[in-house]
Amino acid sequence: MGDKVKIQIKNVSKVFGDHPERAIDLLNEGYTKDEIMEKTKLAVGVAQATFDVYEGEIVVVMGLSGSGKSTLVRCINRLIEPTAGEIIIDGTNVLDLDEKELRKFRQKYFGMVFQHFALFPHWSVLRNTSYGLEIQGVDKAEREEKAMRALELVGLKGWEENLPSQLSGGMQQRVGLARALALDPEVLLMDEAFSALDPLIRSDMQDELINLQEKMKKTILFISHDLDEALKLGDRIVLMKDGAIVQIGTPEEILTNPADDYVRKFVEDVDSSKVLTAESVMKKSEAVAYLKSDGPRSALRKMRRNNLASLFVVDDKHKVVGILNVRDVARNVNKGKDVISDIIDKEITQVHLDTPAHDLFNLMENSKYPLAVVDDEKHLKGVIVRGSLISMLSKQGVTDVE
Amino acid sequence: MWNSIPRIPLGDWVEALIDFLVNNFSIVTKTFSNITDAGVTWIESSMFALPPWLFIIIVALLAWFTTKRKGVTVFTVVGLLFIWNINLWEPAISTVALVIVATLIAIIIGVPIGIFSALYEMVYKIVTPILDFMQTLPAFVYLIPAISFFGLGKVPAIFATVIFSVPPTIRLTALGIKQVPGDLIECADAFGSNKPQKLFKLQLPLAKTTIMAGINQTVMLALSMVVIAAMIGAKGLGSEVWRAIQRLQPGKGFEAGIGIVIVAIILDRILQSITDKKKQ
Repeated sequence: MGDKVKIQIKNVSKVFGDHPERAIDLLNEGYTKDEIMEKTKLAVGVAQATFDVYEGEIVVVMGLSGSGKSTLVRCINRLIEPTAGEIIIDGTNVLDLDEKELRKFRQKYFGMVFQHFALFPHWSVLRNTSYGLEIQGVDKAEREEKAMRALELVGLKGWEENLPSQLSGGMQQRVGLARALALDPEVLLMDEAFSALDPLIRSDMQDELINLQEKMKKTILFISHDLDEALKLGDRIVLMKDGAIVQIGTPEEILTNPADDYVRKFVEDVDSSKVLTAESVMKKSEAVAYLKSDGPRSALRKMRRNNLASLFVVDDKHKVVGILNVRDVARNVNKGKDVISDIIDKEITQVHLDTPAHDLFNLMENSKYPLAVVDDEKHLKGVIVRGSLISMLSKQGVTDVE
Repeated sequence: MWNSIPRIPLGDWVEALIDFLVNNFSIVTKTFSNITDAGVTWIESSMFALPPWLFIIIVALLAWFTTKRKGVTVFTVVGLLFIWNINLWEPAISTVALVIVATLIAIIIGVPIGIFSALYEMVYKIVTPILDFMQTLPAFVYLIPAISFFGLGKVPAIFATVIFSVPPTIRLTALGIKQVPGDLIECADAFGSNKPQKLFKLQLPLAKTTIMAGINQTVMLALSMVVIAAMIGAKGLGSEVWRAIQRLQPGKGFEAGIGIVIVAIILDRILQSITDKKKQ
């Protein structure tokens, strides 16, 4: 995920009905969707949505039906004309484009995948896949080559001459995905792309999207009403309710720190141990012993002050060397020794930041010390103690921990 | 009180309008007249050029290849032989020629109007009441202006037939295009299609079946007009019926009537099978 902002959505609102400007003023004054409906008979679809999408990330816009998530995404490519706000993509305000510029912009920037596939029933899979290129006037040989490559990518090689009706739902949506990918678009808009598929196929498609994304690094805006899907796919999740954004955050932030009751309700059903990682349950370890500089006395002081029975030892590059046990440290102090190197226990368990919380239980079971949480370079990032792991998970309402 | 309101001279206005059109648009009516006349004459004479037996074989083959049904093919052969046998061959050919020309004109006018009224709500709102008016106004009523414009003969008959039979083509073209699923239109938009691309790549291909059904209805309505058209001088099976009415010859009238039915069934089956094939 890069740090470059790809899409800026600023204060975007969509109001349905005559003279929608009336509702914008009310929104600015802080009225809710229901109050505005009562006052003006205008339906607020999206209320002052603001967020950024970074290049190469998957943002899942999530909410129940009627929450305005589909409307919001259609505002981005102006399939639905926003009533107010700004949508800036790579420096271009999409709302400033005239009809012709908008068409060109859509051709260049957006690939869209639809809930009910939206394949043209009278065309072969290949022609459907090359549709975007066809309307751009790309010549036949080139567009068919690109379409074939996209079909290969989604695993549909050999089906190109079939009609969509001869394919299963999952395969049809692969065609839908291939049609969007064939354009090599800057942004992929996926509107409940997997919602019409049955659960097993849906899960397969999600895995496949994750695989593809590792290669493609596209900026993807994914609409979903399914929290599990959002947690699985999203680098970040935008939660919507009644047209307004309730919370924006990484899956973990949403799970561990729901912004309000609405989000909490959403999150309740999720098995948190599946999504929580070592990083989110660990305690940032402030107290460590430095191999080079710390002697038994300073180590003991650190342990007392932080109320610890053991202390990780790190070298000068902050790599974990081992752990000190309070009894051994006290013995060395009593003996008047000035070093700790002889009492370091190297039999510790290191886990990566991304280890699922689910797996931590077993590791915890087999280790007499807390777990050391390390990053890619083996630098110590935090510590997981049994008590904090269990309390964190029970807060999330996980009952069936194996 | 009621009597004191002067009578509204609606009839006078219509006559004034028609006089105005006749006097000022004679170039238009003459051009239409010449083109249509030439068209009918050409189609008629090329069909007359074929000996009846050859014509019957051709139509039978056409019926077989479009419908793939033995019954329809046999009916076509037997029906046409019967028409030939009762000496109605020439009027039948004249009738078919008239229907073909009227239908072609109806398609040329009707499909574009249908497309526009599907794409633009304004056009739809204007066209719909006009179509309702055309379909409910008794057909005899527009025979009269047809005569004023074109005199007696084939051309006014075709003119009246077109007006009577064009509404289904317009309506079903509009319906077919409006029935194209919204998510497909949205998809075409999302990929940046312009209006012609949407029309020719998506809307018209998907509306084809419905449009064909409309054209089929137009053909049937055109056939049903032949007796009325005969009153202003169109030759054909209709004029045979009309003559039988005037001379009180029920037998002759019945024969010509059966002829019309046979032609109608053959045309309908062939057109319908083309429509159904598109559907699959």
